[in-house]
Amino acid sequence: MAQFESVQTRKSLLTGDEAVAHAVRQSNVDLVAAYPITPQTIIVERIADFAASGAFTGQFVPVESEHSAMSACIGGALAGARAFTATASQGLALMHEMLYAASGLRLPISMAIANRALNSPLNIHNDHTDVMGSIDSGWIQLFAENAEEAYDRVIQSFRIAEAVNLPVAVNLDGFTLTHSTEPVEMLSDEAVRGFVGRPPKRDSLMDEAPKSFGLMSLPDSYQFFKEDQSRATTGSGVTISQVEGEYAKLSGRDHGPLKIFGSGSKVMMVMLGSYAGTARTTARQMKNGGEQVGVISLGWLRPFPERQFLDALEGVETLMIMDRSVSYGAPAGPLASDVMSLLYRYGIKRKVIAVTYGLGGRGFLEEDAMKLFRYAEKSGPSFESFFFYGGE
Amino acid sequence: MSIKAYESDTRPDWCPGCGDFGVLAAVKDALAALNIPPHNVVISSGIGCSSNFPGFIKTYGFHGLHGRPIPVAIGIKDANPNLTVLVTAGDGDEYGIGFNHMIHAARRNDDIKVIVMNNEIYGLTTGQLSPTSRLKQVTKTSPSGSIIYPLNPLAALIGDGATFVARGFSGQPKHLSMLIQEAIKHRGFALVDVLSPCVTWYDIYDEVRKLMYKLEDKGHNPTDFYAAMKAAKEEEKLPLGIFYRDETKPSFQEMLKEQIGDGRWASKSVTPLNSETLRELEYEFS
Ligand SMILES: Cc1ncc(C[n+]2csc(CCOP(=O)(O)OP(=O)(O)O)c2C)c(N)n1
Ligand code: SF4
Ligand SMILES: [Mg+2]
Repeated sequence: MAQFESVQTRKSLLTGDEAVAHAVRQSNVDLVAAYPITPQTIIVERIADFAASGAFTGQFVPVESEHSAMSACIGGALAGARAFTATASQGLALMHEMLYAASGLRLPISMAIANRALNSPLNIHNDHTDVMGSIDSGWIQLFAENAEEAYDRVIQSFRIAEAVNLPVAVNLDGFTLTHSTEPVEMLSDEAVRGFVGRPPKRDSLMDEAPKSFGLMSLPDSYQFFKEDQSRATTGSGVTISQVEGEYAKLSGRDHGPLKIFGSGSKVMMVMLGSYAGTARTTARQMKNGGEQVGVISLGWLRPFPERQFLDALEGVETLMIMDRSVSYGAPAGPLASDVMSLLYRYGIKRKVIAVTYGLGGRGFLEEDAMKLFRYAEKSGPSFESFFFYGGE
Repeated sequence: MSIKAYESDTRPDWCPGCGDFGVLAAVKDALAALNIPPHNVVISSGIGCSSNFPGFIKTYGFHGLHGRPIPVAIGIKDANPNLTVLVTAGDGDEYGIGFNHMIHAARRNDDIKVIVMNNEIYGLTTGQLSPTSRLKQVTKTSPSGSIIYPLNPLAALIGDGATFVARGFSGQPKHLSMLIQEAIKHRGFALVDVLSPCVTWYDIYDEVRKLMYKLEDKGHNPTDFYAAMKAAKEEEKLPLGIFYRDETKPSFQEMLKEQIGDGRWASKSVTPLNSETLRELEYEFS
């Protein structure tokens, strides 16, 4: 436990899970309710250690299921607390109905999702099928490429959630990020505490005037609530950028809605999560060899950073969109479908290659990225989609 | 029937010394003693070290989702009441995340036999607090000692109206086999709580050996509800055996049969395929 005490302002070696636990420890969180599941387990265990050593001063509650974890966060947030949980895979699936309750009640709750495949078949390894199953539950969905970004985004998530009254999830790839040790430049406790402050006062169960939450809304009003929620989510990008900007002043790190490498290249690979690093390294090599390839790595998925994405399309001919999840029977994977509807909406034509890859922990190596880039450079003008088997 | 009939080709992935080996031996022994052919047995499990069980025995098996093996077992039993349907899972699975299912299966007196490998810890996820972890127990999610009272599954189930409640110890597979046989012969729902120590994260072997005694040696009357409750609440010693048994209540499946008749079931008794029935099936579905 004590080993973490001395590393607060230094560059330290942490796994993604540990980095998230430190972010929570530093962020004046009042309530953590969680249930263990691989590969999120270490987040919960570290927070329990911090609570035992006094380094974390909020409440840690080991509940009996993820459904209870999210329910407890909802109760805590309703009572005015800053609440956090973490989960993965089946745990997120079990929370499903409460995810909608959290967002519909406009509660500022933060969650880390250690992305893992869904059963069946049983698999504990990384892909994005868990989060994609919940993508329409009304949560802001952010993605980290590495442990440090997960740390930064979790700290920011509290400010964002409390400013826009929406719950925020930070996704980090299971094992690839949760269990790999990486250098993380942690900010000092004081700096983080100052940045996150205390949750602003809001309507809660704890003020003087008794009120009741979660009442019935009939057909005359329900859709108004939903439109309101939809506008709040779409419009939350402005606030997220502000929070990111403020954090950048403190840390020198501004992750933003997306990271572009090789701006304006003919072929752009569109990615979510840690494999973007592999694609970028490959693109750099290929670019040095004179090839026109680049990478767009999305840090926000909800709200979808429409304007920033469209700006990145200048000079691009082919978008190779990389999905680590399947939307069975749909025209393309979830990320590809998002991008294609965006293109259609703004009347923009680009060649789209929708690739499904990396399911259930299947790897993605530099040679895989190169194979795909080469394929995209040569392929014809119309839409294509296929499953790609890398990582051999 | 020989125990060999239930041998699987897959070797258990449990740690050497894990209590679950004893449970596996006892289940095979019980099935063999009762002469139940492997193809008439279905074992439903959840997620956990213990829930890997169906892979290590040659019967039908379903390794499902964490906490959910009981409703799956009920579906199987209702679809084909002729099958012997067992649930094998851990304390986290059965007494925590999925406990609600047990309460209702017991209340309905569903004819399924639930064998819980209770190690008072989450083994598979490497040692966190479980619903049966003790007060003050130090685990990875209770580093300062647990401040949550443990669940008493036996008292809870006896109180809930369960018609068969027993406790065994994985270190006594013969006695455990006897309990499982009685559970299988019982008319309706049965819980067999098995103290099955996790040698890696929370080893209770010595403690169980020191504190255990057999109810049947003390003249316990399992049809006496209050005696059963008293035994379930005993704290100084660890009683093993059949705590409670009520043979007067018909099972849900029996009552369902009475209400809707026999003809509504989709299935008959499962017989092994011979070449003739295989040909008939091919013809029917071609
Ligand atoms: C919905 C869900 N949440 C969490 C998990 C992670 N998980 C797998 S097994 C387990 C606990 C296992 O404990 P127990 O049931 O006692 O079995 P044991 O390993 O001790 O035999 C947990 C928390 C999961 N698989 N699914
Ligand atoms: S971790 Fe514990 S419960 Fe799991 S196999 Fe090993 S000894 Fe058994
Ligand atoms: Mg257990």
